[in-house]
Amino acid sequence: MPWTKVAVDHATGELSMNAGPGNGRLLTYGAALREAQYQALKRDDRVFLMGEGVDDSGGIFGSTLNLHKDFKGRVFDTPIAENALTGFINGAALTGSRPILVHMRMDFMLLSFDQILNHAAKLCYMSGGRVRVPWVVRTLVGRGWGSAAQHSQSLHAFFMHMPGIKIVMPSSAYDAKGLLLASIADDNPVVFVEHRWLYDLKTDVPKDEYLIPLGKGFVRKSGKDVTVVALSLMVLESLKAADSLKKEGIDIEVIDPRTLHPFDEEIVIESVKKTGRLIIADQGWKSGGAAEIIAGRLCNKIRPYLKSDIGFVTLPDAPTPSSPALEEGFYRNARDIVSCVKETLR
Amino acid sequence: MDNISIRQIYQTCLIIRLFEERVVALYPEQKMRTPVHLCLGQEAIAAGVCFHLKLKDYLFTTHRCHGHCIAKGVSLRAMMAEFYGKQTGLCSGKGGSMHLVDPERGIVATSAIVGGGIPLAVGAALSVKLKKEKRVVVVFFGDGAVDEGVFYESLNFAALKKLPILFVCENNFYATNSTQESRQPLDNIFERARIFGIPGFRCDGNDALKVTNLAGRLVAKVRQQKGPMLLECRTYRWKGHVGPDCDSEKGYRPKDEIDAWIRKCPLKKLEKYCLKKRILTIEGIEEIRLKLSKEIDEAVEWAQEGPLPLKADVTQNVTYGD
Ligand SMILES: Cc1ncc(C[n+]2csc(CCOP(=O)(O)OP(=O)(O)O)c2C)c(N)n1
Ligand SMILES: [Mg+2]
Repeated sequence: MPWTKVAVDHATGELSMNAGPGNGRLLTYGAALREAQYQALKRDDRVFLMGEGVDDSGGIFGSTLNLHKDFKGRVFDTPIAENALTGFINGAALTGSRPILVHMRMDFMLLSFDQILNHAAKLCYMSGGRVRVPWVVRTLVGRGWGSAAQHSQSLHAFFMHMPGIKIVMPSSAYDAKGLLLASIADDNPVVFVEHRWLYDLKTDVPKDEYLIPLGKGFVRKSGKDVTVVALSLMVLESLKAADSLKKEGIDIEVIDPRTLHPFDEEIVIESVKKTGRLIIADQGWKSGGAAEIIAGRLCNKIRPYLKSDIGFVTLPDAPTPSSPALEEGFYRNARDIVSCVKETLR
Repeated sequence: MDNISIRQIYQTCLIIRLFEERVVALYPEQKMRTPVHLCLGQEAIAAGVCFHLKLKDYLFTTHRCHGHCIAKGVSLRAMMAEFYGKQTGLCSGKGGSMHLVDPERGIVATSAIVGGGIPLAVGAALSVKLKKEKRVVVVFFGDGAVDEGVFYESLNFAALKKLPILFVCENNFYATNSTQESRQPLDNIFERARIFGIPGFRCDGNDALKVTNLAGRLVAKVRQQKGPMLLECRTYRWKGHVGPDCDSEKGYRPKDEIDAWIRKCPLKKLEKYCLKKRILTIEGIEEIRLKLSKEIDEAVEWAQEGPLPLKADVTQNVTYGD
């Protein structure tokens, strides 16, 4: 598929990324996801994996490739019935399984909002804490190649509004594995948002299983002038921006919260205490989006330290267009972060 | 069916009837501040189907869940306490009457979203099958749920994976105030299962023994891994969609229609049969009635005396383990 190619071009640039402790064993983000699921399936009989196309020859861009051969009956294709499928993982999770459901595109999750928001998010609460719903919905977001408005959306912000749902957005291969294993081990429903353009990114990935706690952010690059909180692919764009700003003597700090719920407020507050400036870079829309929600929850706490307005690098409020010329005006990248940083410093 | 079983089914119908009547009596006090969807008139289905279930079998139900829970053995006092919003309630006051949950008795969630419980039940059946457990799943839903897409998505998958589940549709011919006629082109709910290769059956839901017999055959088949089955039981609710009142006064349903169905009372029918066949005597029935009423008295008293939850508990249990 053409956008596979696009992704390769974008995600394998020279990047100095503080990805976490490793041992020199490089793995792609996609392979790290596969390894996490392989290990979880192997260790724990309660885990199963399903989704449209998980057993085809593409294997969800390699992230589920051939797992159905190793785990017969526990990794399987499904009908195209997103809401019911989500109901199935709810029911299975309630009765002692630990299911993983994969959506090739996050757009399709809109059909399963009833089972996520009316059910998964509150089944534990409504029971007075007597039952748990330990599932993971893996969902991919992508962009470019004219995918247009129904095959590109990054809808993570919707879930931030709803108590009872955890949201994870890994930006490195190391995180992809450690966060996915932690999500599978978690006793609550976790929406796990993967960016297609990160799939071929390689970072150090330990061979053994390891868990990255949900709710712990990570400083990808430390700096003293501006704090940039970046989500998912925007972490990479921020690191590119950091490289180019360095040449102009501007030193930004890039923080990857890694999870939106729970959210590591402390790591951001500490950073802003130092820099006095905050930018939030997200691949979603601004209005009611993740960036505004993060700004809203932090503003009272960081106000004493702020030397300028909070900057936003977010999508313009329009559906995703198709034409490359329009996409150019729609998506945000390192250049936009650079200009936002300069604006903030003015 | 032996006499002991018939007596047991009678007793289940009766306890549901008395429980719901007690809710009707107490509701105007406005101390049960939770919407109640009563199943008066529909008791035979819960009693007949649940008669075949074991403690560890899973049961999923709907907003109209009281009868199913009672038939599955849920504690009356914990249910009552939940209706009174008490800490001692089944769900510590977090669920109310529409979301009764009792994991020890196989009720792991109750959804009041129409159709919402159906995929939950199918997922539980998938879990059972993957773990090679010896359990069956029964899911109750109304004729309204058959309007929802998720019903068909769920049947499709249950058939595809040959899951151990019995779908039980309680067709009371109404979804709130809409008649089945105004929503569905054909009165053929049981036949709709067949397009997925699921055997579909229909029976008189006000005839407890017919329900028990047919459900018994179907549950047995499901237990023998024969795949999903569907049973449509035709019945009628006596009260309004929600609350203790009769809705003919509001003009939602014709009075003579309600009266005609009340004449087909499932409890009376069974009682008549039991007396005729000398399975029970009038004195025996009176004795059972007294005993069950006492149980309900005790449950109500216990519920009313229990403590309320603390305001501060409102954010507890949002995530599991907190
Ligand atoms: C998705 C959804 N739509 C609408 C409602 C409002 N509602 C509650 S019960 C009900 C009717 C359900 O009818 P049926 O399934 O036949 O069950 P019954 O009440 O007759 O037992 C409706 C429309 C709801 N709870 N969920
Ligand atoms: Mg109905």
